[in-house]
Formats: sequence, C-alpha cells, structure tokens
Amino acid sequence: MAMSQDTPRWIKAEPQGILLPTIGWWIDPSHAVARALVTHGHADHARGGHGEILATRATQDIIALRYETPSHDRAVPYFEPVPIGDSITATFIPAGHVLGSAQILLERGNERIVVTGDYKRSPDPTCLPFEPTACDILITEATFALPVFRHPPIGKEIARLLVTQRENPQRAILVGAYALGKAQRVIAELRRAGYHQTIWLHGAMSAMCALYQRHGVDLGPLAPAAGVPRDALKGQIIICPPSALNSAWARRLPDPVNAMASGWMRVRQRAVQRNIELPLIISDHCDWNELTDTIREVAPHETWITHGREDALLHWCAQQHIRARALDLVGREEDEAE
Amino acid sequence: MDQFADLLSSLVYTRSRTRKLARLASYLKATPDPDRGWALAALTGALSFPAIKSGLIRELIKERVDPVLYALSRDFVGDTAETVSLLWPGPQVGASAGPGISEVVAVLSSATRVTAKPALAAFLDRLDENGRFALLKLGTGALRIGVSARLAKTAFAQAFDVPLNDVEEAWHALRPPYTELFSWASGVAPKPDVSLLPVFRPFMLASPLEDTCVAFADFAAEWKWDGIRIQVVRAGGETRLFSRGGEDITASFPEIAGTFGFAGVLDGELLVRGTVQGGAAGGAASFNALQQRLGRKTVSASLQAQYPAFVRLYDVLFEGSDDLRQSPWIARRARLEGIVQRLDPAVFDISALIDVETFEDLADLRARARDTDVEGVMLKRRDSAYEPGRRSGLWYKWKREPMTADCVLMYAQRGSGKRSSLYSDFTFGCWSEPEETGGILLPVGKAYSGFSDEDLKWLDRFVRKQKTNRFGPVLEVEKTLVLEVAFDAVNPSNRHKSGIALRFPRINRIRRDKPACEADLIETLRKMISGGPARPELTSEPL
Repeated sequence: MAMSQDTPRWIKAEPQGILLPTIGWWIDPSHAVARALVTHGHADHARGGHGEILATRATQDIIALRYETPSHDRAVPYFEPVPIGDSITATFIPAGHVLGSAQILLERGNERIVVTGDYKRSPDPTCLPFEPTACDILITEATFALPVFRHPPIGKEIARLLVTQRENPQRAILVGAYALGKAQRVIAELRRAGYHQTIWLHGAMSAMCALYQRHGVDLGPLAPAAGVPRDALKGQIIICPPSALNSAWARRLPDPVNAMASGWMRVRQRAVQRNIELPLIISDHCDWNELTDTIREVAPHETWITHGREDALLHWCAQQHIRARALDLVGREEDEAE
Repeated sequence: MDQFADLLSSLVYTRSRTRKLARLASYLKATPDPDRGWALAALTGALSFPAIKSGLIRELIKERVDPVLYALSRDFVGDTAETVSLLWPGPQVGASAGPGISEVVAVLSSATRVTAKPALAAFLDRLDENGRFALLKLGTGALRIGVSARLAKTAFAQAFDVPLNDVEEAWHALRPPYTELFSWASGVAPKPDVSLLPVFRPFMLASPLEDTCVAFADFAAEWKWDGIRIQVVRAGGETRLFSRGGEDITASFPEIAGTFGFAGVLDGELLVRGTVQGGAAGGAASFNALQQRLGRKTVSASLQAQYPAFVRLYDVLFEGSDDLRQSPWIARRARLEGIVQRLDPAVFDISALIDVETFEDLADLRARARDTDVEGVMLKRRDSAYEPGRRSGLWYKWKREPMTADCVLMYAQRGSGKRSSLYSDFTFGCWSEPEETGGILLPVGKAYSGFSDEDLKWLDRFVRKQKTNRFGPVLEVEKTLVLEVAFDAVNPSNRHKSGIALRFPRINRIRRDKPACEADLIETLRKMISGGPARPELTSEPL
C-alpha cells in the first residue's frame, strides 16, 4: 500500500460522481453515462439510462425492476476482482446497507481505493454484513455524521412497535418505511421478534418484497392492504412508503397510528413535523460512532467524505490528524425517506 | 423521572386531544404522590428554577463535547435541551437509573448559582436520552409540548371523575405538589376551602344564538362588548385579576387592581377608554387598543395614560364570602347595581341593559350594530344561576352579521388530529392594487373553519393538484381560487405586510365562478377598520 501523498491520477471526484478518467467508468453517477459501477439500488445511486452497468446480482435485479428494463447487465459476485481496463480492477464487497449493496474496492498496482456507497455496521437479516477493507483512500458516506445520531439496537425499536400494536387493537399500525431495504428489514426483524401474522403492504411495496423473497430473504406472510375491509385492518401492521403517511390512501384505514422507521426520528421535531406518533429510530446508514469507528478501523491514508453532514466529520478527522476532504456531489441531498 | 419522561415523549408525539387527555389521566392515576403533583405543576407552568439557565446547560455540554461538534449539532436539531440530551455521554435509552421527579425538584429548587451546575451534571449522568430531555425541559421551565394548563386540569378531572370547575376553583388555592387536591379527588379528604383566598372561579359563558328561538320576556338584553372577559377578585386583603382561562393578569393592570376595595368576586369585560365601540356613549376603544395592554408583565405610566383600561361589569359571584352564584341573575344584577356605586367610576362601570320591548326591536338594533361598531348583543335569562361553562338555554350571544371579502387562496397547511391527512389551514390574500396595474397578492389572514366537509375535500384536492412550491409543511398553490371570507372585524396590524389583521376569519364560500383578478383590494379591507373616521353614535339609550 505504498501510495504517494498525491491523489492518484486514475480517480477523480466530479460533481456528478466518482470518475475513473483513464477508462471512462463512473461510480454511482447522477446522470446517464456509458459505463457505471453501481453500489446499490437506491435511486440517488442507481440512476436510469446508463449504457453498461456493473453491479451485484441483486442490485442488477433491483435496477431492472425499478426502471422496467431487462436485467441483461453483468452481475458481479461479491469478493471477485473484475478487470475494467487500464490495469484497474473493481471488487464488490458487502456494505450491509440493503440487499445487494456493495462497497467497491478499486485497485491499480499497489494503490487501493474503497468507495463505500451507503453502509451500516449494525446487523441486518436481509443483507450481508459490511466487510472492513484496508485501503489508501476511503470514500465514505456521511448521512448521519453528527454526534447526536446514535441509532439504538433495532430490537428495542421493534419491541416498541409490537407494544404499540398490542395496545391499540382498534387502530391500524401504519409504518412508513423506504420501499427498498427499510421495509424488508423491518418485516424481517418483526419475524425475528416472533410476529408471524400477515403483514399488509401498500401497493408500492409488493414488487420489491417479492424480489427480496426471490433472493431468499424470508419475509413470512405478506398481503396487499388494498381491498381489505377496514375492520379487518384493526390491530394490524401495514407497511407503506413514507409519502403515503397522512395521504388520501391512509384516510381509509382504521384510525392509523403513524409510525416511521428512519434515522431522522432521533430528532423529535422531525417526527412532530411529519405527524409521527411512533418514531422508530431505524436506519440503514452508519450512525456517528459507526462512521468514526470505521475510519479508525480501516485507517486509510486519506478519507473523502461524500453526501451528508461532512463538516462535522471533517472537523473530527482534523482533530484525529486524519487527512480528509469533502466531495461536493450533486443529487445526494438529504434523503427524506431514510 | 422515567415515567415523567415517557409521559412527555408521548405527549410530544400525540396530536389528538382525546389521546393526550387519556395519556395524562392514566399517568396521574398510576403515579404516587408527590411525583404526580410535581409533574402536574411542571405541565401547568407552576415550577421555576431560577438557578437553571440555558447558558449553564451550554457550559456543561461544552465541557464534555467538542464545541464545534456541539454547535453543528445544535444547528441541526434546533433546540438546546434536545441537543444536549442526545449528545450527553451518559446512558442510552432504557439504561436509566435516574432520580425521581421529586428528587429533581428538591435539588433544583434549592440550587444556587454555585451548586446548580454539579447538581445538574450529576442528574444528567444518571438519566437516558428521554430522561435528560425531560430534566432539561423541566429545569428551564419551557416544556412546549402542546399541553395547556387547562388541558392538564381537564385530564386531572377526567382521571378522578370530578367536576373540572371544582378543580379550577381549588387549584389556585393550592401549591405544588397539590397533595390536598389529589387527596380530595381520590375521596380521602374534603374539598379544599378557598372561600377566604383570592382565587379564580370559572366563568359562565354564552352560547351563540343562531337559529334558537327564545321566549323574549324571560330574557334581559345587553350589548356585547369586544374586550376580554375579566374576573376581579378580592379576598384576605388581596386583589387579583384573572383572564378567561384563569391566567393571573393583575400585574398588567395596576390601575384596576390598585383601587379595588370591594371584597368579593365580580365578572366583567376589560376594555380601554375610547369612542369606537358605541361611539362616545359606548365609551370603549377597539379591541385593537386593548391589545396594546395585553401580555405585559409590567406596564409604564405612559402606556396606562395612552390606553386607560377599565372594567365594564356584568355580574357578581361573591359579595364578601357570600356565594351568590345560585341566586337568579335578576337578584345578582340588583346587587351589582348597588356595588358599582361604591367603586371608582374611572375604572369601573356597569354594562347597561338595552331597553327593548320586542325581539324584533332587538334584531333591529343588532342589524345596526355594525354602524356603531358594537360586536352584537347578549341575552341573559333573568332567572339564570351563574353556571360555570357554556350551559345552553341561559345566556346567548348574538353577534352582528359578519363582514365578507373575496380573497385568493395562497398557501395551505395540513390540519391536526382528524384533519392531519387534509390540507385544511388556508392562508389567503388580497391585491395590493389592481392586478392589471402591477398589484401583488399579500396575505391578509388564515382560516381553518367555515367550510363543509364536502368543501374541505374539494379544497384538499385543489391544493394537492395546484401546488407550486413547498416551504417545510406549507404548500404554495397556484393563485387562482377565490374564497369568500367572513370575519368579525378588521384591525390595523404592523405584523403583517398587508397592514391589516382580520378578526375570526372563516371561509364562507368557495367562489369557483370568480377569477382571481376580481378579488378584493387591501384598500377595501382597510376601509373596514373599526374606529375609522366618521363613526355614527350608538343610538339606543341608556348607555
């Protein structure tokens, strides 16, 4: 891992994404390009319209589902270096974020760069765990990079959800959760906690849950909430996208308890503003401690910080005498759904 | 502290009033004394700890957390107490081995500037995030969790199934942690005796007359004065002034409290001297003038001279310790006419009866009330006891017909409770000058009532379809929809760009037929300001 203090010439941070200029490959670009390496299927990382895409099998399937394109692109197995030109190889390594999510290790000679994409360190039954990977440059996300963000163990949040469900037999329990990843993780964790009843789904959830099930993630009995008589949904758990909370769709449910599974729920006003009665602090991103622990553990020569609250993490790095810089990427505004 | 912290959290996240009440009631029933009493005091704003300042809390956190990281966090969270509760390097949720609320109150209330800091730090070390949040909110005395004192008292009454009015009455005589109140409510002690204390008694209120038919002979009529209801109480040598919600406003009106020597309880309207309401004979300025005097902790001599306040008396509840509330109105009125003779005429007069023979005559007077800038008329059943709250059939208010204006819908926001899925709070505006000469729309008011359920559904759909912009929870819409807005008065206002504020605006009709450019001008509304030039005199004597 002998690398000069200068940034290697074969990688560049552009506003539209990370670019490998010598071979024309982009990583998670915000606009359509000819060749893209995609870390995971969330829309702010996997835009539509690319020519050739390299991603894991699950991510390719998610892209195909979301953009209604045939999944003909090359699926890359985890941990298998793929030569992509100019002596550069790309290796997809589990990131623990959502099904199919990967960090991308880029190697050229003895230079090693890791692009984390989005990741978390806490366990998730729906995807492989984050694998710390030694590197010279770590390009990390920073969605929750403020020390106020400490995500509690998910078991506690699921337990609160189940208490609310038991205490409100006359009301539907409506959980707002991002349709890719968060929804399936909440369902899987409910199953782990011994909840085996049917979980009802908003229409926007069904296809992604089916995709997870095809990839071997056990989600138990699921059924669409549409068309179910109002009374039959009393005391039942329903999962919907956050945008469907307080919507015309939700109005026909029996007096729903609005719950939301999101890292932002740690801040009370965030929950109050969205009229959330049961905030569940469940995030698929690192909290502050996970971010700082990861940087210390991986111990790169240099850390690049992408989307999020990079100023706090930059300040922390400076105090720890860790070389760091912030990248100004477009299209990665705060994801409301997370 | 854990139960109190849980209570605060669930109150923060609950919008429904019914659920807030149920949650509070179950806490008050399940929690032992004196903890529940301290919690009740905290919720009703009865506690203050002068040694606990937010500056002190900032000092504490900066000794434990990097100041830059603190500042960035504070900016994001937007609230010091919450930021500190999240950042404090103490136990995480569920790991609290914290102090009880009674211990916290004991320590904080005896804390000095020197001892406050270590005491607070020691508590923070023992509490989890929720406990820390509750501690800091309690300590700084700013709970801001959407629970009014009134709601807390209502929950108390609900929890123990006692009349709210009895709670209100006993309340002001007692000090936290209100052990006697809990003992009485749980049936193990008699009701606290308040007859010799200057405490608030719940007001009797009037119902809107609307389409009700009354036997006119059974009623007396008065003008409806537009000020704030006030209760003047003197007992044990002390005078107190209470507003409608039981808030003590004595300090804001020294000229009234200062001259009052009558032992007893009187009910009236607080007004400012002037010639707007009812002209010179009416003797009262507009509500807007009174507003200059409201909400002040202290009041300067020049403000008193500029806006001289007085009380127009309606009723007497106690004379000495004689409780007159069960006597008929006619007997109380006779007493009141005697009492007013003994009061300083500069600050007390009596609300005159309107001498009319028939209901039609009264209707005539009411129809002209707009011209004389009187808010309307009141009807009081001559044999009515003084019943707290709004009891039907006894007192009626009959407001003058509202004014209306055609306004353009500009912004909308979701409602709360049952309406949280609907855009039901509407901000509307009028033109600064005609559109064709470059006029722009300026907001003139906000309304969330007046429409039918059908209208509301239609408006909600309109907002969703026509939104052009979002500012947090507020949606801006295409400025095409005209709303006919009804309101009781127009007041000048320097808080609004339009320079006016509407009183009690509500949406009368949706004017789908009218183009936005034909909505009213601000100038049209400005001409409706009460107390504008050339107001006719009130014609019906005696006044």
